[in-house]
Parts: sequence; structure tokens; C-alpha cells
Amino acid sequence: MSFLTKDLALWMYERMLLIRFYEEKVREFFAQGKIPGFVHLYAGEEAVAVGVAANLRKDDFITSTHRGHGHCIAKGCDVKLMMAEIMGKKTGLCKGKGGSMHIADFDVGMLGANGIVGGGAPHAVGAALSAKLRRSGQVAVAFLGDGAMNQGVVLESLNLAAIWKLPVIFVVEDNQYAISMRSLTPTELQPRVSTARGYAERAGGFGIPAVTVDGQDVIAVYEVAREAIERARRGEGPTLIHAITYRYYGHFEGDPLAYRSRKEEEEWRRRDPIVIFKNKLLEMGIASSDELKRIEDKAMKEIEDAVKFAEESPYPDPEEAFKDVFIEEYY
Amino acid sequence: MSVREITFLEALNEALRQEMERDPTVIIMGEDVGVYGGAFGVTKGLLEKFGFERVIDTPISEAGFIGAAIGATATGLRPVVELMFVDFFGVAMDQIYNQAAKMRYMFGGKIKVPITIRTTIGGGLSAAAQHSQVLYSIFAHVPGLKVVVPSTPYDAKGLLISSIRDDNPVMFFEHKLLYPIKGPVPIEPYTIPLGKADVKREGTDVTIIGLALTIHQALEAADILAEEGVSAEVIDPRTIVPFDKEAILKSVRKTGRVVIVDEDYDRCGFASWVAAVVADEAFEYLDAPVKRVTTPNVPIPFSPPLEKHVLPNTEKIVKAVRAVVRKG
Repeated sequence: MSFLTKDLALWMYERMLLIRFYEEKVREFFAQGKIPGFVHLYAGEEAVAVGVAANLRKDDFITSTHRGHGHCIAKGCDVKLMMAEIMGKKTGLCKGKGGSMHIADFDVGMLGANGIVGGGAPHAVGAALSAKLRRSGQVAVAFLGDGAMNQGVVLESLNLAAIWKLPVIFVVEDNQYAISMRSLTPTELQPRVSTARGYAERAGGFGIPAVTVDGQDVIAVYEVAREAIERARRGEGPTLIHAITYRYYGHFEGDPLAYRSRKEEEEWRRRDPIVIFKNKLLEMGIASSDELKRIEDKAMKEIEDAVKFAEESPYPDPEEAFKDVFIEEYY
Repeated sequence: MSVREITFLEALNEALRQEMERDPTVIIMGEDVGVYGGAFGVTKGLLEKFGFERVIDTPISEAGFIGAAIGATATGLRPVVELMFVDFFGVAMDQIYNQAAKMRYMFGGKIKVPITIRTTIGGGLSAAAQHSQVLYSIFAHVPGLKVVVPSTPYDAKGLLISSIRDDNPVMFFEHKLLYPIKGPVPIEPYTIPLGKADVKREGTDVTIIGLALTIHQALEAADILAEEGVSAEVIDPRTIVPFDKEAILKSVRKTGRVVIVDEDYDRCGFASWVAAVVADEAFEYLDAPVKRVTTPNVPIPFSPPLEKHVLPNTEKIVKAVRAVVRKG
């Protein structure tokens, strides 16, 4: 807590709100048929992306997942361009060619959301390898879901990061479910996908230090991420952070959620990461309720502006489909 | 340029060395590429010259290290990755076809992915079904990958240098039986543009199209056919993606007869696609049906007589040409 300045704390609060408001708006628009394709919402997990990103430089790297909106916003992607992208508009961050699962913005070190579970993990390893060889002092963060921890390429990535002692941090966002399959603790409805006692234990098998953290407490995440990222910058190698969290909505919008109970969802919502953080900011006297209200209003306005921008933006010209396959105009 | 005779393998080694000297962002990654010098010896001597930071031996973790190479391209490096046998792509295909191939497009054209994946192809060594395939058609099928298949030491060096300098992901296929063949190669670095076919032998009666080892078989077949009074033109597209369609069509318009030789499996492969292109765009020039000499749709067998039976060879090419020339 001692390192958390007021500016940074308020930035974190604002980012968490932006993610929540963005996701709520996407949910609303998806239900209205304004957003094509599949969307996977990050609401409920905000403290993880923001607590980690609060420790990153603009030129540090992250790789993300199919549930990537929160990582993008935390790393500094423009929400207007993101909103346009997921509506398939020409003005989108990726010209409307990627959509929700493929948002990237290399200018802020966001190396890509990913439609393949675990697919981005080795990219973070490679970005960290590049940082190490170029002696740039940059670090890379691979955001992963609990489901990705059973993908071969993720386990390969852990091994490569360990043997090459790379400045990479694996952040396992354990939101309890890999689609419908239970992460670590079986319930009466669902069997589990791993017999590990925790993902930290599994990292230990690769010789990677690991820590488990309450993913609803952004200050707790900030502190463990701070230590891991400083360690990486010092050249001491990778760390795995196992963050226990919860996704408020289904795997995707339209998921009937038959695999978990409404009671369980209510229990988790009682530990809302934004409410927890807000109460802390007030209790500790870091900010007044007026100050927080102004941040809330500003974040809401930013999302409303993003929606307006996206809705008013044109769709791409159909011929655009043939561009950007290669550097040259060829397909 | 000072030209001397070196092997296909030496030409590749020289291309790697010269590009690493020219550009400090070029690194090598792969299994046994360091002290061992590469499973076939292509990276020999590079570790000694460039050190452990730029010649990186990896665990047997193809998805992991190909993915890491992709991440390294996104952050300023230009990796050349060795995939020991193309047959091993199965454990790493997501990183190749869903990640490297599509990133630029999915991300709206704002990034480049300058990775070169070198791999070995081809039968003839009794290496059986998991170490003998060609499979370049699979990579050509997926949008976003350049596909390079050299047949001579000269082409190998120039095309590898071009591939490394290319800002797109490139799959570079080296036929194992070509490594020892010798040919004239300039000492200096030079490039051959990707997407430019080479007429390996001029002729007027039939166009034979091949790649890698089959170019050499086609040239032998052309010698035999010449004795029978048949003048065969042998064209080497050298790259499947981009594809020099014009060079092929120009030759077909001249000869009116086409035989496509392809060591890849017959079904939905390179030869079938070229045949379709010829049928679509030069049908009126054809004097005979397009013939394909390919590997039938069976796994490559181990026992030498079985393997010999399924792979393309000079005799099969001669027979195919005789058939189209007679029909005309």
C-alpha cells in the first residue's frame, strides 16, 4: 500500500469503472443485436487486469485472451476505437477486421486478444525474450484463464520462460469456470479440470515462483504484481500469479449458465471488486465521495462518447476484405 | 560477383550467416541448432560466430518456441526458426496458421510478423510416414503465409535471404535429398524476389511444372524426351505463395500441354490447384488434358520398394508427358 499514490489509485478506480461500464454497454448492445459475433465479458474480474497494469510502463507488453476487453482498457487502449471495432466499423482499432476476440494495439504494448485458449502465452514469452536480448528493461505479461492452464502451449511457455529466465509474468485469472468446467474445486454440478491444489503449485514444477491472490481486491493484486514485475525487471525471471476471481456473466453472451447456481453468483457479487476498492479509498481517506463521483461520471461519459462514435462510424468498404493479408497487396 | 560451386546446404548456411552479419535483429531458434549445428547441419558454425543470444537452442516444444518467435517479431526481432521436419508441424500448427498467418490481418494491417520458419520435406530416405512428407500445400491453403520451395543451391540462397528480409511470415521448405547437390552460387549476398518463377529449361511441346526435387526429375525427364523428339519446358515457380501465375500461363499458351509434378499428396494439393488455374485461365490453349504426377493419398511407406512406388520419379514424368503429347 505504501507505494500506491493517490494519482495511481484514482487511475485504477477510473480504469475499473471504464471496464465495467464498457462491458455493461456491450451486454446491452449485444442483446439488441448491435454487436455481431461472439462476446465474452470481463465484468467481475476488473481488479486483476487493473491491479497488474498499474505496474506496467506504456512500452511493456501484454497478451490477452478471448475475454480481453478488460486487459485492453487496463493497458490503455482507446475505448472509442475498441467500441467501433467490436461493432465491425471502419474506424475500429483493427479496421473492423478482428472484432471482440482480436483487439490489439501495439502502440500501447497490447499484443493481441486471442480466440485460441492459451494461444497468446508464447507471444508474451517471445516479447520478453526480445526485451531481454535488446536489454530494453521491458517486461511482458501473459493474461490467461484457468482453462488455459491445461493447454500444452501454456505449459511449454512456462518452461521456456523458466529456462531462459525471461521477464515475463503469467497471470492466471481463475474465474472458476472454463466455459462450464469447474477450475479447481468440484461443485455438485460440475467436475473439475485439474487436480492441482492450485496453479501456483503447478508453476513450482517448472521452477517458477508463484503466488495466489484475492482477485477481487485490486490493492492485493497491485502489490503481488508489483513484486513480480520488479523482479522481472531486475532480470530475476518469471513469476506466476494465480488470481481468484469470478466472471459475472456467462462464458459468452447467450450462455444459459446451467452449470452454476444463482446463489453462487450472488455470493460473488457481494465481493464486487469496484465496491471493495471504493470503500477502501473512502476508509483510508485517499479520496472523498465527491471525487469518486466525478470519476464515475467521467468514466460513464467516456463510454457514452465511445458508443456515439461507434454508432455514427461507417462500416468498411467490402473491398477492404482483400487488404492486409500481406504487406503487399496480394492474397 | 564471384561464383563457385557449393552445396544446397552450404548455400543455406551462407545465407543465414550473411543475414545475421548484416542485421543484428536476425536470430535463430530451434531444436539442436546450436552446438549440434542443426539436425541436418544447416546452422553449423553459427553459434560459434554469433553466440548463445542469437543462436538459441530450444527444448522439444515446437508450439512454444514458434509462438515465442512470433512474440519476438512483434517486438523488434526477425527470427529464423528451424522446424526439424515439416511432419512435426501438427504440434505447432495453431501458432503457424491461426497466430502468425492471421495477426496482421486481424489487427487491421498495423503490424508485421517477419518470421521465417525453415523446415525439411520429402521422401526417399525410408524415414516412413512421420518424417517423409512434403505438406507445403497445407500452408499454401491458409491465407497469410508465404510459401517458398527452392530447387537449386542458387535459388536456396537468394530465396532464403529474401525470406528473412520479408516482413511477412514465410514458410521455407528444404527438400532433404537436395542438401548435398552442388551448383554455382555467388559468394556475395543476393536476393531472388518471392513470386517469380524460373524457366529451368526452355521447350515448345509441353510445360512441366515442379518444385524442389521434382524439378531435377523433370529435367532428367526432359533429356529423355528430347531423344524422342519432344521438347519440354521445365518451369519452377519457386514459391507457391506468391504464385507467378503469368509465367505458367505464358508457357502453357506456347506449348498447349501441361504436366504438373508434385511430391505432395494428390488430393487438394499444389498440383490440383495449378491444374485448376490452368483450366480456368488457359483452357482454350490446351491441346490435351492437364496431367498430374503426384504422391497418391497413402501415408509414405517405410520399405524402400513401397516408398519408391508411391513417390514421383523421372520415369513417371516421362510417361505422363508421352500420354499428353500422344493425345494432342
